[in-house]
Amino acid sequence: MASGDVWILGITMTKFGKRPETDTVGLAAEATRGALKDAGVSMRDVGVLAAGNLMGGGALGQQLQKQVGQTGIPVYNVANACATGATALRTAIMAIKAGEVDMGLAVGVEKLSGAGLLGVRGPRAQSDTWQPEGRQGAIMGLDGRVNTDNMPGTFAQIGMEYGHKYGGVSFELFARISEKNHGHSTLNPLAAYNKAMSKEQIMSDVMIAYPNTRPMCSANCDGAAAAVVVSDEKLKTLSDDQRKRAIRVAASVLTTDPYEVGCQVLPNVNTLTKNAAKQAYETAGVSPEDLDLVELHDCFATAELVHYDNLMLCDEGNAVDFFESGAPHRDGRLPVNVSGGLQSKGHPIAATGIANIWEICHHLRGEAGDRQIQGAKVGLAHVIGLGSACGVHILEKAAA
Amino acid sequence: MTQTAPSRIPLVDYLVLDPEPHLVAQECTNCGARYFDHRDACAGCFEDEFSPVDVPPTGEVTAFTIVSYAPPGVDAPFVGAIVDCGGTPVRANLRDVEPTPEQVTLGMKVALTTYSLGTDSAGTEAIGFGFAPA
Ligand SMILES: [Zn+2]
Repeated sequence: MASGDVWILGITMTKFGKRPETDTVGLAAEATRGALKDAGVSMRDVGVLAAGNLMGGGALGQQLQKQVGQTGIPVYNVANACATGATALRTAIMAIKAGEVDMGLAVGVEKLSGAGLLGVRGPRAQSDTWQPEGRQGAIMGLDGRVNTDNMPGTFAQIGMEYGHKYGGVSFELFARISEKNHGHSTLNPLAAYNKAMSKEQIMSDVMIAYPNTRPMCSANCDGAAAAVVVSDEKLKTLSDDQRKRAIRVAASVLTTDPYEVGCQVLPNVNTLTKNAAKQAYETAGVSPEDLDLVELHDCFATAELVHYDNLMLCDEGNAVDFFESGAPHRDGRLPVNVSGGLQSKGHPIAATGIANIWEICHHLRGEAGDRQIQGAKVGLAHVIGLGSACGVHILEKAAA
Repeated sequence: MTQTAPSRIPLVDYLVLDPEPHLVAQECTNCGARYFDHRDACAGCFEDEFSPVDVPPTGEVTAFTIVSYAPPGVDAPFVGAIVDCGGTPVRANLRDVEPTPEQVTLGMKVALTTYSLGTDSAGTEAIGFGFAPA
């Protein structure tokens, strides 16, 4: 323990999937109360609340307080696309680092079951005559007329672009990445889907945006995750049991995409991830070889491939070889998305950036049951929100 | 004097129809960054002077997807692609090519093409653009 460190004291995720019996606030409350219980503390101990939610209207934090405890603490309602959960967690971490509070709570929640393709806006109202509108002087909606605004198609191109640059990609390769994650989810009781799928099943499923078929896309679902974070000083005052299960936040990084040629034509999800990873490894004083497991943002099978490279799990340009070596399988050299990933565990957007940290913590604490990665000491969690924002956290098991 | 309505209007204002259809980018006069929208300032160097530059009408496909579900009024499947036009990446659909992975390939050479998007009540024809195999 070093002064200035921040620790995850308690963390939980709800069952992901269809949760018609409860509303957004109810899911957030379930995760929040779960995290508080896991931490062995109450709302009275919490000095700041960061609440992440995209679809619910922007005041989740206060609505949540009214169900779980109104103590008058500051609330930050956070939205940062698919990086919302990681941003909420980082908000609580920053408040501790700033010395304003010694304990904070972050929660992310989404109700998404039944949502269709994300990223698609409705058609414009039809007028009698063509009227140029907006910053491109468009006379009608450009989605589908000038490329696509939908996420499966956007991330399909991101994977294909990698293939154009370095070679070796194919429909089959992307399907096998998805096969890996669906296989992993069979060991995760909290995943939205727990069904293994063969490469053939995945390839013959409904094509959404080539090369991404339906099982290669993140699963829209309901879910929440929450974490209690504490300062080093506060942790020292807590019980042995609490200290033993605490997980050190070795790095907490958030980046956006710097300007590069073409980044406003096709979103560049690579550079900001590389920047975040580099900063995180430096801060944590670890290298990719030190990692025991990684949860990365596989919003589509095509995205997982490029992030092997962006997170420097392999040499530049070698993501295909990295996958072919078997490394990212749960019995491989560096397991990736043993939770099942967004494709099978599910992707309740604002919950994802805390749920992936829960997965890492679960292994570092040795509490992951059937899917435990034995002896895990260091893990990395990554999320990316298109637009773009990237969150990378490196977590370490307590030394003692 | 009554003004006659133009007989054709481009889908976006960075598509210029005459004398030959071509795309026009806004180029930062300081750093050379190219944009296809109305700018407040340059995202690369923060300066705020731009001049219009013609984008070459031919290029190479550097990324593509074949989208199965389209918004209302758009035919599916369609091919969305990024075309590198002599160093300027352009966002577009591919046209005049079968939307299958057998026909659409990374690195394929393409050229700008235009097509009709229909006519409004004033008789003005909307013109869209895409890229077709060269
Ligand atoms: Zn500039």
